[in-house]
Amino acid sequence: MIYLTSLVAIIQREALRYVNQRERFIAALVRPLVWLLVFAAGFRAALGLSITPPYQTYITYEVYIVPGLCGMILLFNGMQSSLSLVYDREMGSMKVLLTAPLPRWWLLICKLIGGTVISILQVYTFLAIAWLYGIKVPWTGYLAALPALMIAGMMLGALGLALSSFVKQLENFAGVMNFVIFPMFFLSSALYPLWKMAEAGRVLHDICAANPFTQAVELIRFSLYRTGNPAALGWTVLATAVFLALAIWGYDPARGMTRKQG
Amino acid sequence: MSGNSLTRRPQYGEHDQVTALTVSGLTYHFGAKTALKDVSFSIPEGRFCALLGPNGAGKSTLFSLLTGLLVSKAGTITLNGHDMRRSPRSALGDLGVVFQQTTLDLDLTVTQNLTYFAALHGISGRAAAKRIDDVLDRMSMRERAHEKTRALNGGHKRRVEIARALLHQPKVMLLDEPTVGLDAPARAAITDHVHSLCGNGDLTVLWATHLTDEVRMSDDLIILDRGTVLLHDLAGQIAGTRPLNGVFLDMIGASS
Repeated sequence: MIYLTSLVAIIQREALRYVNQRERFIAALVRPLVWLLVFAAGFRAALGLSITPPYQTYITYEVYIVPGLCGMILLFNGMQSSLSLVYDREMGSMKVLLTAPLPRWWLLICKLIGGTVISILQVYTFLAIAWLYGIKVPWTGYLAALPALMIAGMMLGALGLALSSFVKQLENFAGVMNFVIFPMFFLSSALYPLWKMAEAGRVLHDICAANPFTQAVELIRFSLYRTGNPAALGWTVLATAVFLALAIWGYDPARGMTRKQG
Repeated sequence: MSGNSLTRRPQYGEHDQVTALTVSGLTYHFGAKTALKDVSFSIPEGRFCALLGPNGAGKSTLFSLLTGLLVSKAGTITLNGHDMRRSPRSALGDLGVVFQQTTLDLDLTVTQNLTYFAALHGISGRAAAKRIDDVLDRMSMRERAHEKTRALNGGHKRRVEIARALLHQPKVMLLDEPTVGLDAPARAAITDHVHSLCGNGDLTVLWATHLTDEVRMSDDLIILDRGTVLLHDLAGQIAGTRPLNGVFLDMIGASS
């Protein structure tokens, strides 16, 4: 019972904090909308897309990048919530969480689920705006995407959590974020399909294919069109497990999460 | 001076002998630096024990170990009969903590902060609401229940944190320099309040400080310096006929 109570409380706390930071909500939406409404519109003519699964017809570039931008929201939010973890740790409220009489792995998973739920709310807000803009997927696709968004959000959140356990200070974390977010985003299928990358070079294509963010984006893309993608699902789940294991190890008290204070 | 040479057990009446917190042979290193060296003491149930030491004595490290934020391979911590390493969840369930820094969520109200904490201890719904009312009454903070904690002054924030630490009815409460940054009246009020909490029940308090005026002569007193326990006795016994501050300064001066 205490497991469920704590999970609900942690999700509520994340949601309350979020409601209190409306700028954060708007900022998180502006970023993908700029990509969709400005960048994609500009590149529409330059980038031709052939018919590849899960699409059954020619699509415009705007339609192509919507799943990638959903992934972008999850990626930035995953990093943002781990940034708030580093902040929490510096400010001390992380101590309140970690001294609760619950296993640490559970507390970390609760944090992850809390952050992911908030991210998903943002993704659906973005999808609603995209719908108004004319980019529509089958309505059941919006439902089918929910588990995919959950897994992708957990994977990216776990990555942020793992990073936050190894980066001790807030200032350093901003640098780490730039080194993680941008390569992860640009070396993926979020903005261009993998076969386009293959034209640019085999190595680049392979790096993009191995990028867990690519797998997460493909998982979202396929599920939005109600198509299964077991490979993307498998890789995303595996990456989630690896990042989560790293985070749990990183937050192990025997490793000394809180450094010397006097 | 050898670290434990002056340590002696305080003499209590026979009814006081149930131990709430026992620390035995606790050692902790940060890399090559030894933060705590063979620290041992025990505090009987219902006592107020002051942990006095200058800055850098190892008080915060000891608190991190007592709260399970750090784990040491050398030594044991037993809290209300629960070994912190073997059954940390049972031990933490009996422990209330007030950290040195404010650990409240400043964007949330007093009640929201307390509700969140109650849930982390498995208390929800009406039971949580009742306990929140009780602890806020106990700390005279009921009328502030719906204010955002950011709007509270330092003394009131501390009271909320103490209320929060009492919410799950712990057996032992740890306070790490809880009066840091407070003005003199707020400091005196908080010190008095926690002493009174200890006086009328089975709550045991370990209060870390570097200020001797927060210690009463009837309190237990542990003097910690450079990671070792210099002395553990009743404060009145340690002070004798002299002011406690002078004795404390002499001791930490003598050990350097």
